[in-house]
Amino acid sequence: MSMTAFLGRRLLQLVPTLIFILIVVFVLVRLLPGDPASAVLGDRALDADVERINRELGLDRSLPVQFVAFVKQVFTGNLGNSISMKIPVTQLIADRLPITMLLTFMAAVIAVVMAVPLAFVAALRRDRLEDSAIRGAFQVGLSMPVFYVGLILLTVFGAKLRWFPVGGYGDGFLDHLYHLFLPAVTLALSLSAILMRNLRSAIIGVVDAEYVTFARAKGLRANLILFRHILRNALISTLALFGLSIGTLLGGAVITETVFAVPGAGRLMVDSIYGRDYPVVQGLTIALAVLVSVTFLLTDILQAWLDPRVTK
Amino acid sequence: MTEPILSVRNLTATFGQGASALRAVNEVSFDVMPGEVLGLVGESGSGKSVTLRSLLRLLPVGGHVGGSVSWHGKDIVRMTDAELRAVRGGQISMIFQEPMTALNPVLPVRVQIEENLRAHTQLDRKGRNARAKELMDLVGIPDSARRLDEFPHQFSGGMRQRVMIAIALASDPKLLLADEPTTALDVTIQDQILNLILDLRDELAMSVVLVTHDLGVVAATCDRMAVMYAGRIVEEGDVTQVFAQPRHAYTRGLLGSIPQAGTERSMLLSIDGTPPGLAAIPQGCAFNPRCDFATDICRRTRPHLTGDGHRAACHNSDAVIAAGSPVKKALSHV
Repeated sequence: MSMTAFLGRRLLQLVPTLIFILIVVFVLVRLLPGDPASAVLGDRALDADVERINRELGLDRSLPVQFVAFVKQVFTGNLGNSISMKIPVTQLIADRLPITMLLTFMAAVIAVVMAVPLAFVAALRRDRLEDSAIRGAFQVGLSMPVFYVGLILLTVFGAKLRWFPVGGYGDGFLDHLYHLFLPAVTLALSLSAILMRNLRSAIIGVVDAEYVTFARAKGLRANLILFRHILRNALISTLALFGLSIGTLLGGAVITETVFAVPGAGRLMVDSIYGRDYPVVQGLTIALAVLVSVTFLLTDILQAWLDPRVTK
Repeated sequence: MTEPILSVRNLTATFGQGASALRAVNEVSFDVMPGEVLGLVGESGSGKSVTLRSLLRLLPVGGHVGGSVSWHGKDIVRMTDAELRAVRGGQISMIFQEPMTALNPVLPVRVQIEENLRAHTQLDRKGRNARAKELMDLVGIPDSARRLDEFPHQFSGGMRQRVMIAIALASDPKLLLADEPTTALDVTIQDQILNLILDLRDELAMSVVLVTHDLGVVAATCDRMAVMYAGRIVEEGDVTQVFAQPRHAYTRGLLGSIPQAGTERSMLLSIDGTPPGLAAIPQGCAFNPRCDFATDICRRTRPHLTGDGHRAACHNSDAVIAAGSPVKKALSHV
């Protein structure tokens, strides 16, 4: 099978995934306790008003009818209006999701930059001082809850040393990067610990592989053996883990955005759930699910490029 | 008299340090003559593969090579990294038992051949490409131009072993170290690969050191053989001599365990017990607990290799010789 065929098949697989996401989102939102009408009108609303709101939102119709309307809307790019903010959900997502994407992306980059070189050192100096120190440090990072790490970083580097802002998002791209740095580090810590441990054992497994001995027997330079023969093979399994972790990372963004007062999609999601803002919760969940699916797709493509056995 | 191209003296391979250090290879000495095929024979754990890898200092982390390995007036054991890189793959090449695990699964065959050429020759891109194709033809892989861009998993077992040989031969080595190159293959493919190695030996005027546990393979391909037991050479000589008249009880036992076609049916001999672990090598002759010929002296002192040309390390050589060879007729199934 060629790369094109692989891509085609992989893209086709997205279709049922997306349909499934739509069904789950639709059902889940309706299973939430409380109803939007009383959220809008308060506890002492008149029955007539509740009925009117429900009619306006289309919530008085049967579930299948609502679902068909819902799917139609999604495919025309219309995710409805926010009940509490009275603006289109697509508008809200366009405003807030990029912040979360940038945060997640920064966290992923920081995690990789920390994990890959240290995994190499730990693997090649296995069971020596360097290895124990690196693994010990990451173990601490892994065992602390995200919000706690966030608070410590915030206190030390934000409030005490004043190197970084204590919250917000800033203006302009560089300012965004500056504001998101601490939250991104917070988010990256546990991921980098997981990646480091995984890559370390992958490298250890590959270093003793016969093809590495064969590469040495060919008289190749140490660097070439390290990057072409060891790293590339070791990365295959770690890459799969990395792709799966992006979903977790997006979930972790909810907590991190709350701690650092970052106005991203995570915060929006929490606020909308409290406010029973169905359309926003629905739209945001769909957007996040699509984002995760696309990440998985990119991971698969990267993996196919690294490992020819995937496509052939 | 011709000079040996490779001279191994008192080779040792040690793993670990201090009191817990284990010696996998002990005081191994042998020569390899130009154009000859030397067989290193023994059971699993006898140290034959470690010996072979020690020649190029290819031990895993924690392994240490001692003694000397003379190659063109230089001692490989004491070479700098740069000198060693020039010898590895350039002058002495190695092929392995399992071509599936010895070829990098994620690189096309072309890359794996060309990286050898890039390391040891001055060829440019075009030259390397032409040479890679030529090598694939040389080892008998049809449709070579197309197959160069395929990955190891797209080749059959026998073809994969041919690919490995092509890679090993890329830079015209003078010595090929082959670590059980046919063990993982079907019998019919085995013969093809062994014949290929022999043909290439003639064509390229190489010497070959062949590690195997299969005495049938030794009989069919080797000029001389060295039998290893518990990290030491216990008998060494011309293949015909050793087969006709083994002088070490262990060699005799090994020869007795080859099934022979075309002769009167006889009991297949087997050697009782298993080879000793490195941490518990018996005192005296390491083989004595499994040996039918063992006497008191075998349990006390370790015998030395004696003899000229055909050497053996056995206190009871005379008794072994008197017992005769269990091989009834010359083995030549290849």
